[in-house]
Amino acid sequence: MLKTFRIGGIHPPENKLSAGQAIRKIELPAQVVIPLSQHLGAPAKAIVAKGDEVKVGTLLAEANGFVSASISSPVSGKITKIDTVIDSSGYAKPAIFIEVIGDEWLPEIDRSSDLKRECTLSSNEILEKIKAAGLVGMGGAAFPTHVKLVPPPDFKAEILIINGVECEPYLTADHQLMLEKSEEILVGVTLLMKVLNVTQAVIGIEANKPDAIKLLTEKATAYPGIQIQGLKMCYPQGGEKQLIEAITGKQVAPGTLPISTGAVVQNISTAFAVYEAVQKNKPLIERVITVTGKDIVTPSNLLVRLGTPMRALLEACGGIPPNIGKLIAGGPMMGRSLTNFDTPITKGSSGILAFNETESLRQPIENCIRCAKCIGVCPIGLEPYLISIVADQNDWEELERLHVMECIECGCCQFTCPAHRPLLDFCRLGKSKVGALLRQRAAKK
Amino acid sequence: MLHISSSPHIHSGDSISRNMYGVLIALCPALLVGFATFGLGALIVTATSISCCLLFEWLLVKYLFKSQKQTLGDGSALLTGVLLAMNLPSNLPMWIIILGSLFAIAVVKMSFGGLGCNLFNPALAARVFLLISFPVQMTSWPKPLQLTQYVDAETGATPLALMKAAAKGGDMEGMLAQTKHIWDYFLGFNMGGSMGEASALALLIGLVYLLWRRIITWHIPVSIFVGAAGFSGILHIMAPNTYASPLMHLFTGGLMLGAIFMATDYVTSPMTHKGQLIYGVMIGFLTILIRSFGAYPEGVSFAILIMNAFTPLINMYCKPKRFGSQEAAKV
Repeated sequence: MLKTFRIGGIHPPENKLSAGQAIRKIELPAQVVIPLSQHLGAPAKAIVAKGDEVKVGTLLAEANGFVSASISSPVSGKITKIDTVIDSSGYAKPAIFIEVIGDEWLPEIDRSSDLKRECTLSSNEILEKIKAAGLVGMGGAAFPTHVKLVPPPDFKAEILIINGVECEPYLTADHQLMLEKSEEILVGVTLLMKVLNVTQAVIGIEANKPDAIKLLTEKATAYPGIQIQGLKMCYPQGGEKQLIEAITGKQVAPGTLPISTGAVVQNISTAFAVYEAVQKNKPLIERVITVTGKDIVTPSNLLVRLGTPMRALLEACGGIPPNIGKLIAGGPMMGRSLTNFDTPITKGSSGILAFNETESLRQPIENCIRCAKCIGVCPIGLEPYLISIVADQNDWEELERLHVMECIECGCCQFTCPAHRPLLDFCRLGKSKVGALLRQRAAKK
Repeated sequence: MLHISSSPHIHSGDSISRNMYGVLIALCPALLVGFATFGLGALIVTATSISCCLLFEWLLVKYLFKSQKQTLGDGSALLTGVLLAMNLPSNLPMWIIILGSLFAIAVVKMSFGGLGCNLFNPALAARVFLLISFPVQMTSWPKPLQLTQYVDAETGATPLALMKAAAKGGDMEGMLAQTKHIWDYFLGFNMGGSMGEASALALLIGLVYLLWRRIITWHIPVSIFVGAAGFSGILHIMAPNTYASPLMHLFTGGLMLGAIFMATDYVTSPMTHKGQLIYGVMIGFLTILIRSFGAYPEGVSFAILIMNAFTPLINMYCKPKRFGSQEAAKV
C-alpha cells in the first residue's frame, strides 16, 4: 500500500533526465573553494592559515557551537587564501581557497570499496564520529546531523525515518545512490538507529523509483527493524513534516519540533555518509550530485569533491549550454538560482539544473481570479492568495494572523497559480517581516 | 548572463485564458442545443452579446479605466458575453442586449477593478438588471423550434411558469399530465426558456468536461443540486399537488446552467471547499424558496447573486484546515 500526506501537494512533470546514469567521478579541479558556512547554524571556525599544506581529510574548520558542523579538506594541496566567495545564497561568505596538488589522503581513511557491516562502537562513539565528520542533512537544508540525533530533554525518538523520496523534479542523485550503495545505506541506517536507540526505521521512497524500492526491500530483510515504505508521488513529500505524516500518520503541530511526534528524519545520502564516516573514517568531503537540464548534453549523476566549481561539473557533462538562461543549485521547485558558474559545491548541493532562456523567464503577472487553486495545493493549509494581497498592503500584523510563519516555502502555490502571481515571493517577504516583528516583541519582554 | 529569481523555477502551465477557454469549450454542447432549439434568434442574441462585451471592455480600458491592462485575450469578456446570451430569451430586441452587455462589463466588472475584483457575477447581475428594468421583454419566452424567427417569434409559457400557475391552482399533477415528460426536459430541444437552459443533459456534459479538466471541483454544483433537491423534496412530500418534484426542479429552468456555469465563477464563489458547500446548499435552498414562494417563477439568478454577496463573509469564517492544527488542539 502506497502512503502519502493528506493536505495539498502537486505532481509536477518529473523530467528525471539523468535517471539510470551510473554515478561517475570527475577530474579534480585546479582549485577548490570551501565556504565556512555550508550548514544551518553558526559558520565553522577556520583552524588553518594561508600557506598550510593539507591532505584529503585534514580538518580545515571546527564546529563553532552545538548547532554547527566541522569541515574537512576534500583535496590535498596548499591553502592559497582565506577570503570571501559568493555562494549559492548570492551573498559573499568567508571561504578557504585550496590549490589542488596531487590526491593524497590521510592514512586513517579506508578507501577500499569493501562493505563493512559490523560495528562494535558504542552509540556515543558513533555520534562523535558523525560529529567529527561534519555531517549535515544532505537533502538541501544542511542541518547538522548530530543535532537531530540528540533529541532535547523530554523528547524521545521512537522511529527513524529515512528520506528517499526525492520528489523534486529532475534530481536523481538519491535514486542512483540507493541503487548503487543499497547495503552501505542500510548499514548507515542501522548505525543511526543505534545512536537514537530506536528499534524501527522506515525508508520512504516514492513510487516512481520501483527499482530502488524493490532492491532495498530485498536487501533490508537482512537488517532487523528496517522497513521500506513506497509512497504515492506527491511534491513536497520530501519535506520533513509531510514525510513524517506520510509514514506515521501524525502531523507535527504548529510551533513544535518534529521530534514531538517521536520521529527523526534523515536523508538517504546522509545515511550513506554516516556509513562512510563511521565504518570508513571518511569525513564528508564528497557527494553525489545530479547535473541536468534539457540542454545538457549528458545529464549525469556525478561524485564530486566539495568546493568544486559548478563550471567543472557542467563541463564534465558536455559543457555549458550556449543558450543557458538560469543555473539552479538544487531542484526546480526549491533550488536557488546562481549568479555565476564558479559557485562552489557544498554539503547541501543535491543538483545543478541548467535552464535555457525560455525556461528561465516568468510569465507576466495577472489579476488574482480567486480560483482557490493555491489553497488546494498548499500542504500547510494556508491561504497564499490572501497572504500575497495582505503582504502587498504591508499589513504585517494581519499576516501573522494568517500564519505566514508556518509556510515551508515549497512553492506549490506559485507553481499552480494561473495568474502567474509571485505568491511565494510574498510569503517570503511576509516571513521576514513577521519574523522581525516577533523578534522585536521578544526583545521587549 | 544568468537570470536570477527565487524559487519555484517551474510553472504548471495553467493560465487564466486556459481556464476561461476551458469553460467556453464546456459550454459548447449547451450552446449548440440552444442554437438548434431557438435558431436564428439565438444566433443573433449570442453574436450581439459577445461582440458588445468585447467592444465595451476594450473601449472602457482604452478611454476610461486607463490604469487597467487590456485583457481581451484572456477570454473573460468573451465568456461573460456567452453566459449573458445564454441567460436571455432569444427573441430579445438588440438594444436591450447592448444595454445588458454594457451593464455587465462597465458596472459589474470594470468599475470594481476589472477581472478578479468584481463582487457579483457580471452576466447574472446584468440578467437581473434587465429582468427588473424590462420585465415584459425579459419574460416573453419564445416557443422552441421556430428556427427562422427572431423578435417575431411566437411566445409561450416556460415549464417553471406553468409550475407557478399550477401551484397557485393547487393542481400540480394535472399540469404535469398535460406537459411533456420530465426526461424530455432533461434531453432538451423542446423547452421554452432562455437559450442556455434548453438541455440539462448538454449542461451536464459540460460539467463532466470541467471536472475532467480540473477547472472546477464538484463541491459547488453538487451542493446546489443537493440543496435544491433536498428542500424541494421536503415540500413535494408535504404537498405534492402544490410543489413540483425535485427532478422537475433540477431539469427545468436555469438551475443546471446556474449551478454548473454561473455559481462556479471563480471570482465570486468562496475559496475553501467547506465554504463552497455552504454557498452551494444555500443557493439551492434559496432557488427553491423563490420558485415556490416568491413572486418570480425562477429564482436561480437571485439566489446566486445573494450568495455572491455572502462570499466575502464565508471566506472570512471558512478557513482551510491547517497542517497539524488538530494535533495542536489535542495538546
